[in-house]
Amino acid sequence: MAETSQHRRKMNRTALACAGIVVGMVGLAYASVPLYDLFCKVTGFGGTPIARDSNGSEILNRTITVRFDSNVSPSLNWRFAPETPEVKVKLGETTTVHYKVTNKSDKPTTGIATYNVQPDLAGTYFSKLECFCFTEQTLQPGETLESAVVFYVDPRLAEDPDVKHLTSITLSYTYFPSKGGQPVAEATSSTKPIAQ
Amino acid sequence: MAHAADAAHADHHDHLPSFWRRWFYSTNHKDIGTLYLIFGFTAGIVGGLLSIGMRLELQEPGLQFFSNPQAFNVFVTGHGLIMVFFMVMPTLIGGFGNWFIPIMIGAPDMAFPRMNNISFWLTVSAFALMLCSLFVEGAPGSLGFGGGWTVYPPLSTAGHPGPALDFGILALHLAGAASILGAINFITTILNMRAPGMTLHKMPLFAWAMLVTAFLLLLSLPVLAGAITMLLTDRNFGTTFFDPSGGGDPVLYQHLFWFFGHPEVYIMILPAFGIVSHIISTFSRKPIFGYLGMAYAMVAIGVVGFIVWAHHMYTVGLSLQTQAYFVFATMVIAVPTGVKIFSWIATMWGGSIRFTAAMQWAVGFVFLFTVGGVTGVVLANAPVDRYMHDTYYVVAHFHYVLSLGAVFVIFAAMYYWFPKITGYVMPEWIGKLHFWVAFIGSNVLFFPMHFLGLSGMPRRYADYPDAFAGWNYVSSIGAYIFFAGLFIFIFGVIYSFVRKEKAAGNPWGEGATTLEWTLSSPPPFHQFETLPRVVDTGH
Repeated sequence: MAETSQHRRKMNRTALACAGIVVGMVGLAYASVPLYDLFCKVTGFGGTPIARDSNGSEILNRTITVRFDSNVSPSLNWRFAPETPEVKVKLGETTTVHYKVTNKSDKPTTGIATYNVQPDLAGTYFSKLECFCFTEQTLQPGETLESAVVFYVDPRLAEDPDVKHLTSITLSYTYFPSKGGQPVAEATSSTKPIAQ
Repeated sequence: MAHAADAAHADHHDHLPSFWRRWFYSTNHKDIGTLYLIFGFTAGIVGGLLSIGMRLELQEPGLQFFSNPQAFNVFVTGHGLIMVFFMVMPTLIGGFGNWFIPIMIGAPDMAFPRMNNISFWLTVSAFALMLCSLFVEGAPGSLGFGGGWTVYPPLSTAGHPGPALDFGILALHLAGAASILGAINFITTILNMRAPGMTLHKMPLFAWAMLVTAFLLLLSLPVLAGAITMLLTDRNFGTTFFDPSGGGDPVLYQHLFWFFGHPEVYIMILPAFGIVSHIISTFSRKPIFGYLGMAYAMVAIGVVGFIVWAHHMYTVGLSLQTQAYFVFATMVIAVPTGVKIFSWIATMWGGSIRFTAAMQWAVGFVFLFTVGGVTGVVLANAPVDRYMHDTYYVVAHFHYVLSLGAVFVIFAAMYYWFPKITGYVMPEWIGKLHFWVAFIGSNVLFFPMHFLGLSGMPRRYADYPDAFAGWNYVSSIGAYIFFAGLFIFIFGVIYSFVRKEKAAGNPWGEGATTLEWTLSSPPPFHQFETLPRVVDTGH
């Protein structure tokens, strides 16, 4: 082929455009992480409860059971429990539930709580006004902390054909040792003697 | 079709470099193609031996060969990754693509020959890393990574603290980089280096297939690279992309993986579609039926392939509407695929068919790929999939489209292009014998898996209840027959090289109309120093 410099330039342009696509797709793959997070928070996808500022919905005369599940990662020596295993609430009614968390170890440790709603599809309707999630919590040895979850179940649940027959929703919380603030290794090592 | 006038006088330009320079610093597309073919075949033997190990174990209930069932999982994972990244892709794309794309479009070589060389050696390095991964600790107390080729967290993050998966991830990085460079090379070559007169709409279907495949690679592999890099940092540097304790979500990995993984299955089969079109057209002595429909069906499969990924994830808790969308979108793919199947049949219809070895493999492919396609439509239904998910029915499905689809085309192409690549004729009976052994073996191997899956046998376990014993036994026998067929192929290659019966430039006669048949067999070291001119529209 006649290797004119113009033809060479044209080929380099094509290759460069392709490289651009590759860089763009890698960028999109990483951008998908915050986007997915946002998507879950907005739509309640995968059982992500919706965080709201205020409860503007009316209260329906239909009750639903909200169960509270609390877990602590085995590598964190904490005790964590809700004040009540379940409550019956009316759709749209604002409810407050307290959880107690105690550091049973002899070292100050930092944990971080995550939550999820089951069934997943109810995530859209489980609205949180106040919660203690994704904030790092450092507890001194023996210290007990009381945290509140303020929530309501969106009455639009009654209109969603996928979930309108639902009689109970489970809110599940798990405390993990924090990976950010304090090294995980330390949090882990402090619990080892007890775990044995 | 054009006739290349350069074949005769090109010989005196053929100063072959020394052995080392020719095969290790190679920048010649045909030499690199040959290297890829040898590499792909070698990797295929390794991957095949892993699967023979699996079938030996599954032949009887109970644990026979794997005292540690985790080692069985490592075999499953290794088999999947090697077959996908180091057998099918290097052979179809790197091997046949490099060999025939420049020739078919009338170009002297690939656009960036040295980049081509990098691609090949990156693939070899990746394979070396992948093999290393089998021999270092993965899950506590056992060697290798055993979490399946999909590498889902949390098993891949929390469940395998050893370095095995880190080797695996780096292997995929290198293999991915190699494929991306290769894809850029193919796109640049096909878009800029076609012979005068060869418009896109006159381009052979294999070139179309490779163009679409290259774009799929370009768009999907970076997403895999991103996802596995996140896994790598989750494992080693304390990030929490897929770790709920830091606000991550393991399901996100599945979305990212399958956004790559579904186009990947088309990456493996589209080049095969292209090759089969040539073989069927050649041995029916007819141009391919519905050329433009065939080309754009591949484009459509490529496009739609990007918006169906979550049909691999029906059981993760998608809402009913989301599932309904993915069911529908997935079934849409059956339309362009149907266009292709029926066009192949229409090409054969009324043609003067010669059942050469290559043609038998190609027709076998059309039949078996259709079987796999039909079970694919079954699995596309979310409610059915909920029952079949992770059972042997799924294993049967994707082996019908890949092992009996892509692999059959690899052999069809081997028997079709063997005289062109080597310059020697392989006796037809060898390819035909191999076909019948492989056809019987692979069906005995994979068809019973449908029954096992329907009765609920789950994938990726070293053991199973006694109730599944019968069909597993049959399946294992099939595996040995299929594998034995490989020796017929190896014998055929050696026999042809010993016999040295010279092949004509076009051994297949008037049906073979693409440009590679206008050259000598094997083609000169540098072809088309005078560019061929494409005058008519024959395909």
